[in-house]
Amino acid sequence: MSRLRQHSVIPGFGLTLGYTLSYLSLIVLIPLSALAVKGAAQPWAQFSEAVFDPRTLAAWRLTFGTALIASLINAFFGLIIAWTLVRYDFPGRRILDALIDVPFALPTAVSGIALTAIYSQNGWMGRWLQPLGIKAAFSPLGIVIALTFIGLPFIVRTVQPAVDDLDPAVEEAASLLGASRLTTLWKVILPALQPALIAGFITAFARALGEYGSVIFISGNMPMKTEIASLLIVTKLEQFDYAGAAAIGLLMLVSSFVLLFLVNAGQWWSTRHLRRVS
Amino acid sequence: MAITSRHRHGEPVWMRNLFIGASVAFVGLLILLPVISVFTEAFRKGFSFYLRSISDPLALSALRLTLITAAVTLAANLVFGLAASWLIAKFSFPGRNVLLSLIDLPFAVSPVISGLVFVLLFGAQGWFGDALSNHGIQIVFAMPGVILATIFVTFPFIARELIPLMQEQGAEEEEAAVLLGANGWQIFRRVTLPNIRWALVYGVVLANARAMGDFGAVSVVSGHIRGRTNTLPLHVEILYNEYNFSAAFAVASLLALLALVTLVAKAALEWRIRAEERTAVMEDVA
Repeated sequence: MSRLRQHSVIPGFGLTLGYTLSYLSLIVLIPLSALAVKGAAQPWAQFSEAVFDPRTLAAWRLTFGTALIASLINAFFGLIIAWTLVRYDFPGRRILDALIDVPFALPTAVSGIALTAIYSQNGWMGRWLQPLGIKAAFSPLGIVIALTFIGLPFIVRTVQPAVDDLDPAVEEAASLLGASRLTTLWKVILPALQPALIAGFITAFARALGEYGSVIFISGNMPMKTEIASLLIVTKLEQFDYAGAAAIGLLMLVSSFVLLFLVNAGQWWSTRHLRRVS
Repeated sequence: MAITSRHRHGEPVWMRNLFIGASVAFVGLLILLPVISVFTEAFRKGFSFYLRSISDPLALSALRLTLITAAVTLAANLVFGLAASWLIAKFSFPGRNVLLSLIDLPFAVSPVISGLVFVLLFGAQGWFGDALSNHGIQIVFAMPGVILATIFVTFPFIARELIPLMQEQGAEEEEAAVLLGANGWQIFRRVTLPNIRWALVYGVVLANARAMGDFGAVSVVSGHIRGRTNTLPLHVEILYNEYNFSAAFAVASLLALLALVTLVAKAALEWRIRAEERTAVMEDVA
C-alpha cells in the first residue's frame, strides 16, 4: 500500500511539498533557529551571566518549583476527576466535563485577572484565607494556583481515555481472586493508568514552565521573590538586552523540548511494549 | 449480571461520593469561580458603565486589530493545513514522520518565546533589523509582528485536526476520481473537502479561540501602542494595570464569552463528527 502511494496517481505532490516546506521554514524553523543562534552564539561568560545571575537563578527556582507543585496537585485531582467522569453517572456530569476545557479556551490574561480578583485580600477566596494568615495573591502560592488552573485539562484529558480503555475483565479477575476494591484500585488500576498519568503530568509541567499571561497578574512580579522566568525574558527585551533574553529563552525552549521528547518516547515505548506483551 | 454491574461501579458508595464531591469541589473552586467572577466584576459598576467600557474607541480599535489578526491568521493556517494534510495523508515519502513532528513544534514553544523569536529576527537589533529600517518597514511593534506571532502560536491547530482524519480516509476515493478524469482542484473540491469539512471547521474554531486570546506572544511583539497595536487581551492588561478594574473585566467578559461560545461550538462539532463517523461505519457495513 505504501509503495503504491509512493507512485501515486493523485496530483499535487510537488505543489503541497513545496508549499508546506516553505511555510514551515518561514514561520517556524527560521525564527526558532534565530533563537538558537542568538542564544548560543555568545561568549560563555556572557551566557552564564544572563542565565545564572542571582535574580535569574531565583526565577528558575520559582518557575520550576511552582510548576512542579501545581502539576503534582493536578496529577492527584486530575486522576480523581478523570475516573469520576468516566466511571460514574451523576447529575451535572456533562457540565463538569465541559468545564475541564475552560482553561484551554479562556484567554490567559482573562484567567489571570479573574484569579487575582478572587485571591486578593478582598476577593471571594482571599477574604477567607486572609484571617488564616495565608497570602494567596502576590505570593508564590498565587503562582501555584494559576499554574494549577491552566494545567488541569492536560492531565484530565490524557488520563480519561486511559480509564476508558481499562479492561473490565482484569478488575473482575482481581475481585474474583479475593482482592478488596481498594486493593484493586491501588494494585491493579493505578499501575495501568500510570503511563497516561505520567504523560499528562509532564505535559502539564512543560506547559506550566512557559506560562505567562495567567501568572503575571497574580504573582506581583517582585524580583527575587515572585518573578518567573518568562517575565525575565520580557524584562530583558524591554531593556534591549536581546542576547540575555535569547539565552534564557533558549534554556527554556530546550527544557520543554526535552520534556515533550520524554512524553513521546514514553508513549512509543509503552505501545511497543504492550504490543509485545499481547 | 449482578457481578458485572457491581464491577462496573465497584467502589463502595462512600468512596464514590467522595470522588464525585472532590471533583465537583475542585473544578468548581478552581475553574467555575473565576469564570463567574469575570462577569460579576464586569457589571460591578452597572450596565451603562459596562456598555461605555466596551464601546470605548480604544477598546473598539483593539477589537478591530483582534478581528483582523484572527482573520489573516486563520486564512494563512487554513491554506497551510490543507496543503500539509494533503501531502502527508495522500503521499508516502521519506521524512514524513519528521515533518509531522516539525508541524507540532510550536505547541512545545511557550508564548513569550513565540514572540521573542520574531523580535530576534525583525527587532531593532535583530537579524533583519537594519535591512528593514533602511526600507522603512516595521514588523515588530506593528501589525505584521502581531499577525506573525499569532500565526506561529496557532500554526499546528488546523493541520493537526485534518492530518489524522485524512490519513484514516486514505486515498482510494481520490484515486477513483483521477481514473474518472477529474483534475486536482475538482478532486479536492468534490471528493476531499466534503469528507473533511467538519474537522476543518473544528480546527478553525480552536485556532480562532487561541488567535483571539493569545497574550504572551503578542505582548512581546506588539509594543502596546494604544489604538494601534493593542489586541483585546493587551487592552485588558493596560486597563487592569491602570487600576481601571471594572473596564478591564468588561473587555475581558467579551473574551470570556468567546471562550464559552468556542466550547459550545466544540461540543456541537464533536457530536456532529461522531454522528458522521457512525453513519460512515454503517455504510461500510452495508
